[in-house]
Amino acid sequence: MAFDRSDVEKIAHLARIAISEDEIPATTAKLSGILSLIDQMQAVDTTGIEPLAHPLETTQRLRPDSVTEQNQRDAYQAIAPATEAGLYLVPKVIE
Amino acid sequence: MHEKTLAELSQALRSKAISSVELTQHYLKRIEQFDGALNSYITVTPELALEQARTADARIAAGDAGPLTGIALAHKDLFCTQGVRTSCGSKMLDNFIAPYESTVTQRFIDAGTVMLGKTNMDEFAMGSSNESSFYGPVRNPWNSEHVPGGSSGGSAAAVAARLCAAATGTDTGGSIRQPAGFTALTGLKPTYGRVSRWGMIAYASSLDQGGPMARNAEDCALLLQAMAGFDPKDSTSVDAPVPDYSASLNDSLKGLRIGLPKEYFSAGLDSATAAAIEAAVKQFQALGAEIKEISLPNAELAIPAYYVIAPAEASSNLSRFDGVRFGYRCDNPADLTDLYTRSRGEGFGAEVKRRILVGTYALSAGYYDAYYLKAQKIRRLIKNDFMAAYEQVDAILCPTSPTPAFRIGEKIDDPVSLYLTDIYTITANLAGVPGIALPAGFANGLPIGMQLLGPYFSEARLLNIAHQYQQHTDWHTRAPAGY
Repeated sequence: MAFDRSDVEKIAHLARIAISEDEIPATTAKLSGILSLIDQMQAVDTTGIEPLAHPLETTQRLRPDSVTEQNQRDAYQAIAPATEAGLYLVPKVIE
Repeated sequence: MHEKTLAELSQALRSKAISSVELTQHYLKRIEQFDGALNSYITVTPELALEQARTADARIAAGDAGPLTGIALAHKDLFCTQGVRTSCGSKMLDNFIAPYESTVTQRFIDAGTVMLGKTNMDEFAMGSSNESSFYGPVRNPWNSEHVPGGSSGGSAAAVAARLCAAATGTDTGGSIRQPAGFTALTGLKPTYGRVSRWGMIAYASSLDQGGPMARNAEDCALLLQAMAGFDPKDSTSVDAPVPDYSASLNDSLKGLRIGLPKEYFSAGLDSATAAAIEAAVKQFQALGAEIKEISLPNAELAIPAYYVIAPAEASSNLSRFDGVRFGYRCDNPADLTDLYTRSRGEGFGAEVKRRILVGTYALSAGYYDAYYLKAQKIRRLIKNDFMAAYEQVDAILCPTSPTPAFRIGEKIDDPVSLYLTDIYTITANLAGVPGIALPAGFANGLPIGMQLLGPYFSEARLLNIAHQYQQHTDWHTRAPAGY
């Protein structure tokens, strides 16, 4: 299967990545090339094979439900693009 | 001073033949002299380095020094370093001053090392040539027209050109081993879970693993000793004892069983590389090892499976870069969607965007079973191949790459041809097994790399095998001309 322009536009929307009109042809071609590489997987019979999510097949550890972190808002907001009164600023969402 | 290996520098520091401040100043001078052309560092931190060097000298004077105290290192710019820009090779994080310290770099601080700076890398560790960096390509010290490999290309070039004693790298699909092979270094990718991922900017979380890049196996053993061990902050960190990696370096290789996977010696392998591996096989036999042909029948599926799993995990991990909390934000966003899409469209480079798009597609409704689940099943087959092989042999020997370092620009317009260069390294990441890369020869002045892969948690044995090889060969002692 190869991608066409509308596939790329749809995926770019899902990924929230703006792609300019100029970039679409090259992006479409390169993604199609990658897709045909990936599609080599389809030739293999994997019936009955359990998927492997983690090489050592361990599960996530649990820890006691106790407070371990201190509030670091000032440190983290010091590197934010725009903040006010301890809040992150974004363009108006609700009119 | 820079001729010395890390182990030799460690001796010189502790016997007070040199001071850490002298060593640090020496490397800073070399960085100033050579790195304009090489581009191996993104950020050099002279003030911090000299402050750490003074602290190290005080520790040495007080008799409170470990083997790494006072050693000047460089860290891949993917490890968060508090108060120092951590860019991950991306415009997205060009303005990111890390608010906390990664576990790996904190362990090095505790060991008393000096950080000279942060090394260049492929953007978000996505690449095999260091050409996708926002900060420009890195040149290979062995031939400046060639790539140093990637994604830890800056670390490789900096160590090879003697602009630091050693460096950290990370390996998701070969990003320590392939550049080590391209620059005649020794680099180790530990077992998944051996080294904490906390504070490493995530690319593909089920594959990412940090490790050392140095001049020889002895130096890697000293570095891994500081890096390895359980970290409660990393949810996949393994709580298992860490052996003394230096203690077994001199063990004999008599009776060691080494496997040669026949799939890795087929068409596509450069003849000089094949000849170098053949010579290494003879050397290992002379050291008492027994060589067997083995099979990793699903090896050729590793690249297709990797290019689903890694992009899928990347698309999820990189969703945090939204222009809101840190990192790049576009100018004058019209609304929230415009803020997200343009910040990401402008902040990420072409290869990162491609991988996010591939991953988004693989995880999108209706395609999950055909791509992500299928790739995870193939991942199981690849792991099973290794488990079967390790019933017959103790280690697997193969090249790190099909050819020595290629030219800058040679593969830049064809992502698939670049992906295929990782054919020999990716399987170890999918299976989670450790691997060590080391130099095995040269062709036309460019290094040839080989790697030894082992069972889970066999790092000490791999270091031992590499060290024994290096006691009887001198490839690892060669330095690029002009540095």
